[in-house]
Amino acid sequence: MSESSLFLQFLFSGLTAGAIYALVALGFCVVENSLRIVNFAQGDFLTLGGFFMTTFLLSLKIPWPLAALCSILAVGLCGYLLERIALRSAKTHDPLTLIFITIGASIFIRGLIKLFWGKNPRIFPPLITGEPIRLLGASLTRESLLILAVGFFCVTILHLFYRVSRSGKALRAVAYSPRAAALIGLPVGFLNSVSFFLAGALGAVAGLLIVPVTGVSFDTGVILGLKGYAASVLGGYGSFPGAIAGGLLLGVMEALVAGFISSGFRDVFAFALLFCVLAIKPSGLFGTHEEERV
Amino acid sequence: MSSGLKRDRRILAGLATAIGMIPFLINNPYYLTVLNLSALNILTVCGLTLLIGYAGQISLGHAGFWALGAYGSALLSLKTGLNPWLTTALALGFTLAVSAGMGFTVLRLKGNYLVMATLAFNLAVYFFLVEAEELTGGPPGLPGIPPYTLGSLAFVTDLAAYYLIWPVVLITLFLTFNLVHSGEGRALRALASGEIAAACLGINPRRYKVLAFVLSAAYASLAGSLYAHYFSFISPKTFDIFFSVELVAMCLFGGKGSLWGAVLGAGLLTPLPHFLSIFDEYRDLIYGGLLMGVLIFFPDGLSGLMRKLYGRKAP
Repeated sequence: MSESSLFLQFLFSGLTAGAIYALVALGFCVVENSLRIVNFAQGDFLTLGGFFMTTFLLSLKIPWPLAALCSILAVGLCGYLLERIALRSAKTHDPLTLIFITIGASIFIRGLIKLFWGKNPRIFPPLITGEPIRLLGASLTRESLLILAVGFFCVTILHLFYRVSRSGKALRAVAYSPRAAALIGLPVGFLNSVSFFLAGALGAVAGLLIVPVTGVSFDTGVILGLKGYAASVLGGYGSFPGAIAGGLLLGVMEALVAGFISSGFRDVFAFALLFCVLAIKPSGLFGTHEEERV
Repeated sequence: MSSGLKRDRRILAGLATAIGMIPFLINNPYYLTVLNLSALNILTVCGLTLLIGYAGQISLGHAGFWALGAYGSALLSLKTGLNPWLTTALALGFTLAVSAGMGFTVLRLKGNYLVMATLAFNLAVYFFLVEAEELTGGPPGLPGIPPYTLGSLAFVTDLAAYYLIWPVVLITLFLTFNLVHSGEGRALRALASGEIAAACLGINPRRYKVLAFVLSAAYASLAGSLYAHYFSFISPKTFDIFFSVELVAMCLFGGKGSLWGAVLGAGLLTPLPHFLSIFDEYRDLIYGGLLMGVLIFFPDGLSGLMRKLYGRKAP
């Protein structure tokens, strides 16, 4: 394989991984755009999505489009419950405490997963099959294409939802000032729940896409959640285009470092670079305002 | 001397007496190991309380500083044959330099970006320890670290280590109480309640933030060195970001507003997973559920709850 097609090959695998990071990052952004906290259970939504899918698809034998829809709704419901039961009952507005409630929830969810699905990894067959596409000496699998397409579909829909629709505008109003939003009659609590539902659904979508490639076990979401968080910070926390840019950039960078320098030091480079970006541009690549809250 | 400091010193003296007696009541080495681990965590969480509760900054990277102390001191004593006491001091100096450098660059960041930068530091340290096998021994770990010695006495048994680690921790606690009751401590506290207001009062936010950051990193480094020479074996797994998260969880569980919160949080949450190992299946459920429950219903942690019950003001 020539140098340039090798480069292209690494680029493709980086973009595929990056699209998954971007989907996870979108989940973080959705919560940031209403409740303004970091939801560390985001990665576990991905894991839950994968496990629900294995159950619906393999145990209950539901055809895959319906099984996918059920998984997305089920994880969305989990997100809704997390906000409704845990976060809304919290007797504080201190962001750090709320964030650690989501960390507690993340540990709790992993405990539930171990209880229901056990500790062994699971996998389900690819949703689409077919010959990989050859392009300039590099090959791009159909799954990668699907992942990229779904990633861009999700960000477009979300962007339109938040910019154009009334509910999206209401969500942004809550992010801007919960008190002012409540004063003009917006159901702030319900809107927060909605954003957690969306975050859960997005996590599930990422899970559905990644599990046929890597399989899923109870701790799959941990490192993917971190990468997604890193991607959203890299792009500017809370910005949807930033999440996509950050995710793709992180994925491509990792793939290139792994391919051309050393696969072992991939993560060292990824996080060291992130550290440098933050030291130089403290609000991420697309961030505009100085972030006050956690 | 303020009445708060007097009260804290009285409680600390009581605690020290109790700590001194425990080995006469418990001689199961496993329990002593857990108590020693609790002491090391108390030391680290104490520093985190200064950073989070007093200076109002966040770090999810303190396992990284713990690793610098542990690997720094262990490698120096293994490769150069220097005395562990000396290597501990050298590792501490190295951590001070790294954290001061980080403090000046990273503490400009706020909120999410600070969380991510400290996380990224921890992850970079962790993956470096895993990958640089020739130096660090990689994932299997680094065995054969020499213990601390005093004349002919080597601190190898759990009991000997107990009487080394706890006094260090108690002395540090004593000094930290002095700090938080001093003018500097009040300046730190002012920073947490409002950075702009504090700056208006002539408190240089940058200086105090870096001070708290460097101090907390130093505590973590000291705890790491003590850990390495006590267990004589370290591996990167101990220093992953989950440990950083656990440390902050201990800080919040105990109550970030008070140093006693650090003692309570680390003192209770360290033994908990060991205790829960009997219910292996339900361990994560109980731990996660408990963490959520306490933070939901008592956002000021256990020390906040006790303050409410006894109507006392915390230091």
